[in-house]
Amino acid sequence: MATVNGRAENIAGITLGEYLARAGYLPERVVVERNLEIVPRSMLGSTVIRDGDSIEILQFVGGG
Amino acid sequence: MISREELERAFDARFPPEVQEKLRRARVAVAGLGGLGSNIAVMLARSGVGHLLLVDFDRVDVTNLNRQMYLIPHLGMTKCGAMEQIIGQISPYLDIRTRVIRVTEENAAGLFAEYPIVCEAFDRADQKAMLVGTLLRSCPQTTLVSGSGMAGFGDANRIRTERKLSRLYLCGDQQTDIGDGMGLMAPRVAVCAGHMANKVIQLILQDEGAGQPGA
Repeated sequence: MATVNGRAENIAGITLGEYLARAGYLPERVVVERNLEIVPRSMLGSTVIRDGDSIEILQFVGGG
Repeated sequence: MISREELERAFDARFPPEVQEKLRRARVAVAGLGGLGSNIAVMLARSGVGHLLLVDFDRVDVTNLNRQMYLIPHLGMTKCGAMEQIIGQISPYLDIRTRVIRVTEENAAGLFAEYPIVCEAFDRADQKAMLVGTLLRSCPQTTLVSGSGMAGFGDANRIRTERKLSRLYLCGDQQTDIGDGMGLMAPRVAVCAGHMANKVIQLILQDEGAGQPGA
């Protein structure tokens, strides 16, 4: 089990990139923090989610 | 020309002197000088923030007049140059630096390194994510204030300030995207800019050391 934005999810073993696609996020618009560390965009596809990971995903919308 | 002393005396004297002093020492950067950034920069200048870095690659266009600080005489100027003029008419002794440059993953950390508070005020969602992600990762002392969700004319009360991730304050309704049929208007953009500028001032005055040199 890992926690995403405070909710427990059974996603250990897949990559962050796979999770983002599955959950409908737009990867170029998100900032992902894993265990309090920001994951560089170039590492989303290769970072595997582990049991106990705490993940925060923030997706921006446009306008300014 | 009005003197520095006259302007300093005019600061709201109901605040204790250390409020003015903390603001005068503070260093704040604004990334993007559109609807959010141009309003934020003016509010920070009016509030007595002493050191501002303004960064934008763009020039003032007629489509900016609906929500940005610029006036018709500024059309065609760089937004940095126009903001220098506008702020010069509000707070002529403020230390204002400008950079006419496109912010990228490669140059962001270097551009903003000397500013402990950075306002993300870009227009595009991918650019917002790029700047916030890059600075949170590479500048561990930096606090970010960012805008997300201020399009349209929906309930302005849905625009709020929330702490997110480790050192990020997110202002906006976090939902209303720009796109077909949904544009930006002055009121909600200004509400969001007000949230951002107010959070900056809170950080300077309440958060021990934030915004001060060496912090």
